[in-house]
Amino acid sequence: MDPLLSLQHLKKYYATQKAVDDISFDIQKGSIFGLLGPNGAGKTTLLRMITGIFYPDEGNIILDGQPFRPAEDISKIGYMPEERGMYKKMKIGEQALYLAQLKGLSKSEATEKIKYWFQKLEMESWWNKKVEDLSKGMSQKLQFVITVLHEPRLIILDEPFSGLDPVNANLIKDEIFGLAKKGSTIIFSTHRMEQVEEICDQIVLVNLGKKILDGTVNEIKQQFKENIFSIETDKIESISDNPIFSILKKEGQKVYVKINEGNDSNKVLAHLINNNNRIIAYNEVLPSLNEIFIKLVETTNATTRAFQNI
Amino acid sequence: MHKIWLIIQREYTTRVKNKRFLLVTFLMPLLIIGLIFGSAYLSTTGTEHRKIAVVDPNGFIKTSLKNTNQIEFLFTENIDTNNYSQKGFTDILILPKFEKTSKADYILRSKKSMGLMLQNSISEKINSAIEDQMLQEAGIHQNVLDSIHKASQFAELKAYEDKGGNTSKESNAGLAMGIGYASGFLIYITLFIYGTMVMRGVMEEKTNRIAEVIISSVKPFELMLGKIVGIGAVGLTQFAMWIILITSLTSVGMGLLPSDIQHQVTTLQQNNGQMGSVGMVQASESAMRIYNMQHTIATANWPLILSCFVFYFLGGYLFYSALFAAVGSVVNEDPQDAQSLMFPITMPIIFSYLITNMVTQNPNTPLAFWASIIPFSSPMVMMARIAYGVPSAVSYWELALSMTILIAGFLFTTWLSGKIYRTGILMYGKKVNWKTMIKWAFTKQS
Repeated sequence: MDPLLSLQHLKKYYATQKAVDDISFDIQKGSIFGLLGPNGAGKTTLLRMITGIFYPDEGNIILDGQPFRPAEDISKIGYMPEERGMYKKMKIGEQALYLAQLKGLSKSEATEKIKYWFQKLEMESWWNKKVEDLSKGMSQKLQFVITVLHEPRLIILDEPFSGLDPVNANLIKDEIFGLAKKGSTIIFSTHRMEQVEEICDQIVLVNLGKKILDGTVNEIKQQFKENIFSIETDKIESISDNPIFSILKKEGQKVYVKINEGNDSNKVLAHLINNNNRIIAYNEVLPSLNEIFIKLVETTNATTRAFQNI
Repeated sequence: MHKIWLIIQREYTTRVKNKRFLLVTFLMPLLIIGLIFGSAYLSTTGTEHRKIAVVDPNGFIKTSLKNTNQIEFLFTENIDTNNYSQKGFTDILILPKFEKTSKADYILRSKKSMGLMLQNSISEKINSAIEDQMLQEAGIHQNVLDSIHKASQFAELKAYEDKGGNTSKESNAGLAMGIGYASGFLIYITLFIYGTMVMRGVMEEKTNRIAEVIISSVKPFELMLGKIVGIGAVGLTQFAMWIILITSLTSVGMGLLPSDIQHQVTTLQQNNGQMGSVGMVQASESAMRIYNMQHTIATANWPLILSCFVFYFLGGYLFYSALFAAVGSVVNEDPQDAQSLMFPITMPIIFSYLITNMVTQNPNTPLAFWASIIPFSSPMVMMARIAYGVPSAVSYWELALSMTILIAGFLFTTWLSGKIYRTGILMYGKKVNWKTMIKWAFTKQS
């Protein structure tokens, strides 16, 4: 399948730093793509190039098989930036109408679509309210509606769940899945890893302006797995270090082991069975994305501030 | 283009629908007219009354110090600086014995000090009494003196502007000064009002964080231009409504005049300032005054002045508001930053206003010429000069040059500010000064 968006050797240098330094990747049609990285990694600059706000110093952006032309293609993109806001004094309905018209919708088309979305997300009573009367979560919902209103091929959401309560976060998450199912491609930028594991098909990690990881969530976990298994048996206390595996820790009825070089998981099982353990549960423990990223970011010598409060 | 139009519409309608706009638009003319009539009323009725005791050893001055509405002169005996206020006088005027050759002090003592105008009028009266006395002593008769006094009021200067050949047009320096001052002042005030309105609008978009949302749909330059044009249209609307309100209020005011005065004014207009035809009553003083005012106002070239005003208002507004927008785009949350960054913009506006005040009196100095060519000051200064007439005070080539440079000027500031704006509007948390802003403008950006 052809990718919807293809970035080829994008570069954007500022006077003091290389914000984006030779990044390439493809995003498949209809997929949910996670763009990850700590603060200051270059995510926002990258997104601003994809949305036509910045021009790359070098490299190409291919959208839908064609070179990206910001002036025309802007209506195919819906962008919800991290730094987002509204006119505080303007009525919500008028505001949504204005922003939709700026995206190229006609007035009647825009009105119709706003009504549809407001109804869907239970926002009908908001039309004549002002943004200053909304809570942060409510205005977030409004932002989301405005972003997807013109049915863009490519939807870019920068930290879409910050400030949302679990109910509304789920509501938006379901809408994101729905949009992807209908064929929209979604770029999802965040540093909240648990959401990424749940939502994204493919991820890219950037740090210091460079791509340091690219793949599906499962591929990446496989790539970074350390052959760790959790074991639950009826005689947990009898398990001890041996040539096949070494014990990492014991936790209640579970023991975590790391398989030694030259062995595999079946040998572990055989060893346990031979020692008269009755197996209750036996699972491979894959590293969380969070662990992988902290490790990678630390090794690329960047700030880990972004991940500490997750 | 369609998107700029949407932005202009939003900027315009949100402001025009605002209650404060309506309030300012309707109250301002009322306030101005109220001020004019109020101060006129106060100046005729509300003046103080002075009762002055005069000690005069000469005797001849008495006839010249005539009582007026404001001043009452009394020549009483037994009065001095110690007891004048107990006897009910506000001031005491002590005249020395007149010596003919040497200058002497004429002393005025008061409990409440006297204004300059009154003091001047008193000393003028005394001096003319002395002059008369000396002329009489030199052998000139009282009746000769009276006819001289009358004749000295005969000359009235009427200035005409030569139109080439035998045609000429009546001109009025007082009116020109008034128009020049008023239009210069209006442009000065509106540059500030609408300039800061643009700046606050840009700051609002930046601090509300809606800028990036919009910039993902339109170019930063389009957003900036839409805002500037939209607010400029608000300014024009406000001017148009003021003109309509003031003219309609004036005509309503005229309609309220007694009918015989209205009739007299019409007759005067038809007969070129003369009551003319036989059997007509003499025109009353107020009818004459109204006629003279209308006549004077009609000497100005209003279509030219109004169209130049619109041009220079727009030109000046576009020139400065782009700079204001640039400042707005680099300011973070702190309004204090805006204050200091605005300084280099507000200084030339204030200087231009000061120059305008000088130019209203002397429209043809080298300073006036240069200040009306340079776009920083031309909107205000050129208006002050145009009031004196085109081409008599400002030649056509000067006007054309000034207008061309102003257009080039605002194209330049808009281009410059556009470069600063598109970097500034998306930049948070960095304190910026003019040096950095200029650097942004002249280095290649995204």
